[in-house]
Amino acid sequence: MGNGTGIGRVRGLGSARHGAGHWLTHRYTSVSNLLLVLWLVFNLATLPGLDYESVRNWIANPLVAVPLMLMLVSVFWHLRLGMQVMLEDYVHDKGLNFFSILLLNFYTIAGAAAGIFAIAKIAFEGAAS
Amino acid sequence: MARNNSRPLSPHLTIWKWGPHMAISILHRITGNGLATVGVMGVVWWLMAAATGPDAYATFIKCATSPIGYLVMIGISWFFFQHMMSGIRHWVLDMGAGYELHTNKTWSLVIPVLSTLATIALWATIFAGKI
Repeated sequence: MGNGTGIGRVRGLGSARHGAGHWLTHRYTSVSNLLLVLWLVFNLATLPGLDYESVRNWIANPLVAVPLMLMLVSVFWHLRLGMQVMLEDYVHDKGLNFFSILLLNFYTIAGAAAGIFAIAKIAFEGAAS
Repeated sequence: MARNNSRPLSPHLTIWKWGPHMAISILHRITGNGLATVGVMGVVWWLMAAATGPDAYATFIKCATSPIGYLVMIGISWFFFQHMMSGIRHWVLDMGAGYELHTNKTWSLVIPVLSTLATIALWATIFAGKI
């Protein structure tokens, strides 16, 4: 970071021109979260049981597996954007901030992949035998 | 950072009297990050357990239906309703509405009540239906 010219002092501190996109995507995913998570909560409350067979039979239905996968994409996307803002606000050290956002990206992708794989496995295996 | 120390900073949290609008704002962040970590990992664990087999699922159910498990699940469900309703409040604020002092205060107080009622209704349904 330079301390001579005006441009040298501000370079790297200002807008990366990603702010509006981040903000809007956070809102878009909040709409899909509202629909999909409420759908999950409603189903969890009204399913006949939450034992192994009931849950496998429920997830094996394509009309359940697909919205469940979409819910994970929406939720993980939304939480990645939200946690990034939290980290940017509270982790002031530049290097540590970079590292924590790196970990956040790993967490998001690994978590979403694990959840989606689990749903796909149940859906492709069919209901519990 | 390249902050000029001779320039004043804007007054921050420490000088304001705490009000419901501040509480609901920080609660939105706390509940969001709680859901993003504990809540989401709970759901992924549940899905992975169901995909792995009956033994893994039994382990999950044993943990989830322990006293700590219920405490976490009830807490997370309150976090969800609180974050959801506070998020709907943010949609309204994003449209530029609801900033009048009285309106802002009223909704900041009403939302935690609504989320608590929703949590009670959810668990009443679950306990009435399953036990």
